[in-house]
Amino acid sequence: MATNSHALYGEADPATLGGYDEPPPRMGFFTDTSVCIGCKACEVACKEWNAIPEDGLVFTGMSYDNSEGLGADTWRHVAFIEQRKPLAMQDPGVQHEDVDVLALASQGSGTPPEQARITPTTPGEPGQMRWLMASDVCKHCTHAACLDVCPTGSLFRTEFGTVVVQEDICNGCGYCIPACPYGVIDQRQEDGRAWKCTLCYDRLSGGMEPACAKACPTDSIQFGPLDELRERARGRVDQLVEAGETGARLYGEDPHDGVGGDGAFFLLMDEPEVYGFPPDPVVTTRDLPAMWRCVGAAALTLAATAAASFAGAMFGRRP
Amino acid sequence: MSDSEVTRQGLRGTRPDREALIGVAAGRDGEQPPGGDTEFTSYYGRPVINSPVWESPDIPGYLFLGGLAGAASLLASGADLTRRPELARVAKAGAFGGAALSVAALVHDLGKPGRFLNMLRVFKVTSPMSVGSWLLAGFTPLAGISTVSAWTGRAPRWGATATAGAAALGPAVAAYTAALVSDTAVPAWHDGYREMPFVFVGSGATAAGGLGLLAAPAAQAAPARNMATFGVATELTSGQWMEHRLGMVAEPYSSGRSGRYMRAGKVLSVVGLAGALLGRGNRLVNALSGATLLAASAATRWGVFHAGTASADDPKYTVVPQRERLRRGEQARSGDAHTAPPDRTH
Amino acid sequence: MAECHPVGFQWVMEAKARGATLIHVDPRFTRTSALADIHVPLRVGSDIAFIGGIINHVLQNEKYFREYLVTYTNAPTVLTEDYADTEDLDGVFSGLDPESRIYDFHTWQYEGTEVQAASGKRDKEYSDRVQGSSGVRQAGRGEAHGSGGAEVTAQITNDETLEHPRCVFQVLKRHYARYTPEVIEEICGVPQETFLRVCELLTSNSGRDRTSAFVYSVGWTQHTVGVQYIRSAAILQSLLGNIGRPGGGVLALRGHASIQGSTDIPTLFNLLPGYIPMPHAHSNEDLDAFITAEATRKGYWAEMRAYMVSLLKAWWGSAATPETDFCFDYLPRLTGSHSTYETVQSQLDGECKGYFLMGENPAVGSANAKMQRLGMANLDWLVVRDFSLTESATWWKDGPEIATGELHTEDIGTEVFFLPAAAHTEKDGSFTNTQRLLQWHHQAVEPAGDARSDLWFTYHLGRRIRHKLAGSIDERDFPILDLTWDYPTKGEIDEPEAESVLAEINGWGADGNPLTNYEQLNADGSTVCGCWIYCGVYTDGVNQAARRKPQVQQNWVATEWGWAWPANRRILYNRASADPEGNPWSERKALIWWDAEKAQWSGHDIPDYDKSKSPHYRPPDGAQGAEALSGLDPFIMQADGKAWLFVPAGLTDGPLPTHYEPQDSPVSNLLYTQQRNPVRQIQPHPNNRYQPSGEDPGTEVYPYVLTSYRLTEHHTAGGMSRWLPYLSELQPELFCEVSPELAAERNLEHLGWATVVTARGAIEARLLVTERMTPMTIQGRRTHHVGIPYHWGPNGYSTGDSFNDLSSISLDPNSHIQEVKALSCDIRPGRRPVGADRARLVHEYQQRAGITERTGTEV
Ligand SMILES: Nc1nc2c(c(=O)[nH]1)N[C@H]1C(S)=C(S)[C@@H](COP(=O)(O)OP(=O)(O)OC[C@H]3O[C@@H](n4cnc5c(=O)[nH]c(N)nc54)[C@H](O)[C@@H]3O)O[C@H]1N2
Ligand SMILES: Nc1nc2c(c(=O)[nH]1)N[C@H]1C(S)=C(S)[C@@H](COP(=O)(O)OP(=O)(O)OC[C@H]3O[C@@H](n4cnc5c(=O)[nH]c(N)nc54)[C@H](O)[C@@H]3O)O[C@H]1N2
Ligand code: SF4
Ligand code: SF4
Ligand code: SF4
Ligand code: SF4
Ligand code: SF4
Ligand SMILES: [Mo]
Repeated sequence: MATNSHALYGEADPATLGGYDEPPPRMGFFTDTSVCIGCKACEVACKEWNAIPEDGLVFTGMSYDNSEGLGADTWRHVAFIEQRKPLAMQDPGVQHEDVDVLALASQGSGTPPEQARITPTTPGEPGQMRWLMASDVCKHCTHAACLDVCPTGSLFRTEFGTVVVQEDICNGCGYCIPACPYGVIDQRQEDGRAWKCTLCYDRLSGGMEPACAKACPTDSIQFGPLDELRERARGRVDQLVEAGETGARLYGEDPHDGVGGDGAFFLLMDEPEVYGFPPDPVVTTRDLPAMWRCVGAAALTLAATAAASFAGAMFGRRP
Repeated sequence: MSDSEVTRQGLRGTRPDREALIGVAAGRDGEQPPGGDTEFTSYYGRPVINSPVWESPDIPGYLFLGGLAGAASLLASGADLTRRPELARVAKAGAFGGAALSVAALVHDLGKPGRFLNMLRVFKVTSPMSVGSWLLAGFTPLAGISTVSAWTGRAPRWGATATAGAAALGPAVAAYTAALVSDTAVPAWHDGYREMPFVFVGSGATAAGGLGLLAAPAAQAAPARNMATFGVATELTSGQWMEHRLGMVAEPYSSGRSGRYMRAGKVLSVVGLAGALLGRGNRLVNALSGATLLAASAATRWGVFHAGTASADDPKYTVVPQRERLRRGEQARSGDAHTAPPDRTH
Repeated sequence: MAECHPVGFQWVMEAKARGATLIHVDPRFTRTSALADIHVPLRVGSDIAFIGGIINHVLQNEKYFREYLVTYTNAPTVLTEDYADTEDLDGVFSGLDPESRIYDFHTWQYEGTEVQAASGKRDKEYSDRVQGSSGVRQAGRGEAHGSGGAEVTAQITNDETLEHPRCVFQVLKRHYARYTPEVIEEICGVPQETFLRVCELLTSNSGRDRTSAFVYSVGWTQHTVGVQYIRSAAILQSLLGNIGRPGGGVLALRGHASIQGSTDIPTLFNLLPGYIPMPHAHSNEDLDAFITAEATRKGYWAEMRAYMVSLLKAWWGSAATPETDFCFDYLPRLTGSHSTYETVQSQLDGECKGYFLMGENPAVGSANAKMQRLGMANLDWLVVRDFSLTESATWWKDGPEIATGELHTEDIGTEVFFLPAAAHTEKDGSFTNTQRLLQWHHQAVEPAGDARSDLWFTYHLGRRIRHKLAGSIDERDFPILDLTWDYPTKGEIDEPEAESVLAEINGWGADGNPLTNYEQLNADGSTVCGCWIYCGVYTDGVNQAARRKPQVQQNWVATEWGWAWPANRRILYNRASADPEGNPWSERKALIWWDAEKAQWSGHDIPDYDKSKSPHYRPPDGAQGAEALSGLDPFIMQADGKAWLFVPAGLTDGPLPTHYEPQDSPVSNLLYTQQRNPVRQIQPHPNNRYQPSGEDPGTEVYPYVLTSYRLTEHHTAGGMSRWLPYLSELQPELFCEVSPELAAERNLEHLGWATVVTARGAIEARLLVTERMTPMTIQGRRTHHVGIPYHWGPNGYSTGDSFNDLSSISLDPNSHIQEVKALSCDIRPGRRPVGADRARLVHEYQQRAGITERTGTEV
């Protein structure tokens, strides 16, 4: 196992790191949320293709989002965010003059989830309104914490540079779950094992595009070789910013970020945390060498402690 | 307004389908709000990362028992070397019992015993759990042989070798769980990775010392008392330092359920240690102090465990420090001389 | 559109990628609004005023496309002197008989002539046309009467200067003069500034070089004035020159898969395949009389006899001969409207005793669902063919009336049969979608268990009935015994070959070879065709609907993908895309054009026009049918070849759209003293009470505007979504949407419960408080909407109350569509009472509002 730091962070080709000699181009997603219509076709197509169990009937009141987030039984999740902010120069037409903005905002996201489940979440001007929608998925990180920490080798890197769980090997240790900096992979109650998006490894192997991308009517989910997607995405941001949507930005596209860039990256219209993304994720194993060093130091300290305890007892001669 | 055309020859001036512009073609003179509001926002207050699915008492128990076992193996070896057979027998039993129960706790959390075997499919240094599983796989039989030999008196040479072997692995067994919890995205765990191993070995030493005080005759308990003293000191100072360095992320260590555990751990440590030091020689006081120290160690583990969960469940512990880091990174990039280089970035 | 036609919405996004501006007019901020440039919230039920305002703006500011208007529309046509407008009669048109609530539309005709409608209520002309005299003239009950008219061959009077005071253009100007921005703001709640921006955007993107399209669906149709909503758009688009041109049109987004197909080859009571009207019960009517009455003299409807005879040949084969009048007598006859709502009434009256529900769930989906259930409880037998046990199959044991004690299972005599249906994946067949495109789907799996396709059911049911009747000499059995009922079957379950049905629909000639075009159809019985507009779908014996040539391998019109009726044309009336000379109006909007060299129309699409008819062609005197169309008549189905700004025939409720308030409205009509559509169809019944409106006392008891709609996550009455876990989990419960302002006014708590009450019922729903619902200022008053999706019912995996327990049966008089988009209600916090108390609550409200059997039934 490689432990040199380069394998744990920074720009890299994950498939090569994963030991493939001549891998095909790294494949991934560019999810352009500016054209997402929140139809959830991606969520349903994913469930259909992968035969994922139903996730419970909970009316959340989180705008039109009743699946709440990614989990063992939700591998695509569409977020809905109602905000008092303008979308470029859109005229939303709403006429809310006398709503107590602060009262609404106080029920926003800083508070515990029970009280936070109300829209809108962002204070702003009464005449402003936009409804952001975004389809989230596993990021297929260049440096995937889930994969790094998996003790069984159940999680592996495919030749396409994606990260996949092998359900017959996963022993449900649950380690990958808190390791993921994006809160993606999760445990299924029924079988105790960890599940997440496979980037449709079975379809890719058969030359097909992933089910979610196939189902997306507006091409909000774009699938392809990551290099191409990155280039297209940069052009797209420029186009939007130039057109007045100055909030447009890419997320997870930068190979120099804390996870070495995401295999599935996004064009967002607001700060990442608004969509439930961490603003500056870092793969946890980036610090692992340092962690081992600290562990080593602590272990030596303990050994020394033990020696000292006996030495002390010898010199002290106390009973 | 559309700039593509349908001429007699066909389409002209079309743009790729994906390049729809929303809300720009017409409308009011919108002014975008300034980007990057520093205020904390999140998605309906929902956690950003997934909380560990590990359950109490399995996993905090696993942490506690591992620490106990690792430190106890050292106590056992020392006791052998300094000829304190009673202490040695107790410590060996503690090492073996701790390790075996620790594995049992893990297996219970996995659901099926057979699943533990999958842990040994591969060895991965990037996975502290893999490293730990191999450590436990090596340590537990050694501690077992050492214990059986000590309690039955049979195969003393095997016993001695095993005791030494276990002691060699002991420090690692006591310490690796710190890497295990720190090597996650859980803010209260990850961000404390420097101090956590010291908190953990300290806690292990407290527990092992406590066990010695509890179960060994007073005449042989001195090293255990010393070990507990070192343990409490290490645990408290490194814990304090960790909380100081974590900033707002340390909140769960002092508030809520986890805060109560942590406080209990501290109080019990001090009380237990005071008892051990003041009531020296008294078997009963020794035993009570030892039990208190064991409880102290356990409370600290439960506290750390729940602090992690709490920090994962509240998005602000993920978002605020990351925002702060970005802000400092930006300032550093823009050459702001007053800003110190980011602390937790590497 | 993003909500209900998400796949179709990709084309909107593509248009946006090419620079299109998207304006969304909807009371609610929806997923469509989220992607629009401008969202214009307006009060439901006020679009005729809104569009009327734009029409007025166009007329006053001369923003119309004059050359198009003068040549291709009936703007210059002079109307008879007898015509009186709503301007003259305070909100009604000439010819209203308030007693019978019907219009005699005689006065709506052109001067000196009389034209037949291309669709709609054509039978209204019957007696005049057949007897040549002006007998009874009424227009209210479209299915059952005739009207007067003049000799059809007479010349139409046109004033191309558009100055004649009685020409359509001037009439239009006067009619719309009061639809000013100020008035629009008061009626619709749309600020003038927004309104004028919409006008500006639309007019600047229309004309010679640019086109704009209108897209609508049931937000526009489900009103007591639904047809006139669409008419408003048609008028505006004709004024702007946006019809028959690329990027233009008034596009109806259809509903169920192949709902378009089911109007083409209809499941509607008043139509035969290809929009041939169903004959009415007139004495001694034969085929000749029928054609005389229903056909036009000019344009392609003049060939109705050929279409009709070919249809009769397809149905009754060798029995259909000139001697038997092609079995015209075998066709059933209409005695009035027999829409689903009249059928409910006749169930309650004990006249209708048996009922097939083949893919319908009226206990949830139809207006006043309680009336539907009560009607079904009065049947002898009921057959439900569906995938799962929908509310329409189980109301007799667990419907709301069982809970309230209004029905008792043991007292219900209806024998209910449930027969499992095969889904589209389990059978071959075609879908005809929104743009008239037929696409074939192939069976993927065999139906499971006892499930059978509807084709299987219908075919084998017919076969068995015929077997039972075999040898009968009873005349009334002949129509069944003489049917051509001999489709080949396949497989173990004897599934009829769907393609053989398609072949029959396409038709064949005397030689037995498939036809390629409806122009080949003959009136002499030598051709067979099951649906004239679909003629050509089986050209060369090849299933054209199954073609799937990728777009990149053909031109942008993609005529080799599937098959569009008629004759595979993709844009109807596309002669209008070229100027009178035959050149594209603009070189950046070229679709088809006259190629003088080849002496034919060529271009990207298939011309919707006689291919060799030159722009300079003028019909000889006395010409009939297609011959009679000049080279300047793009609207080839119309009796005058023109787009109708003013509709002289075919509509029951007026030749021009006029703003009326919905049946139940908290607002009074600002434009006229006439509050509602005077000829709207209502059905008073103790369980179908109407509410006070406008200034009437009691209106304040139901103070909020109520509307219903769909969610992307569910489908219609829920039979195809509430049983599916993957869809149910996405929208697990019935909810209602209100603004924070309304929530504050009524103490409604987000995620809590609300009870919504109308004169028909009370339902409960979880609350979604959202700023997407906006208050509006209507006539100085802050007005709130309550929005509720209508997908839920008590059965299935995801359950909830049904919206349609709130709605009333009040219908558009032309289409008989229910008004479920604009109602009024009260809303209060908390869950609704259960058991008998539920009915009591509704009754209390009725009493407080002083509701009687006469409330809301005024003309
Ligand atoms: N996901 C999904 N798709 C569907 C269906 C489904 O059930 N689910 N059903 C299919 C069927 S059968 C049909 S008919 C179509 C219907 O498709 P749509 O007509 O798009 O469906 P609705 O949601 O009923 O109504 C559309 C909108 O009309 C608005 N509205 C209500 N009253 C008025 C009004 O007076 N003026 C204006 N301007 N807007 C108004 C409502 O707020 C609503 O947003 O959808 C088809 N597609
Ligand atoms: N309040 C309110 N009411 C409305 C509307 C509204 O907007 N608001 N919209 C109206 C509109 S536009 C419509 S179209 C109606 C819809 O109302 P319905 O047509 O009554 O409702 P559906 O749920 O579409 O019922 C169709 C049934 O057919 C079944 N089915 C599907 N495929 C097949 C098949 O191949 N064979 C057979 N035998 N069965 C099949 C489905 O399982 C389903 O139960 O509701 C109308 N009612
Ligand atoms: S997003 Fe999480 S689950 Fe997905 S690859 Fe990265 S670390 Fe693993
Ligand atoms: S839960 Fe499964 S996939 Fe996750 S780390 Fe453990 S073994 Fe690997
Ligand atoms: S790539 Fe496949 S597994 Fe991943 S979200 Fe899309 S459909 Fe689901
Ligand atoms: S990503 Fe695509 S499929 Fe998913 S909700 Fe958005 S538009 Fe629909
Ligand atoms: S359900 Fe079918 S018809 Fe409706 S949008 Fe989706 S693909 Fe089109
Ligand atoms: Mo529909």
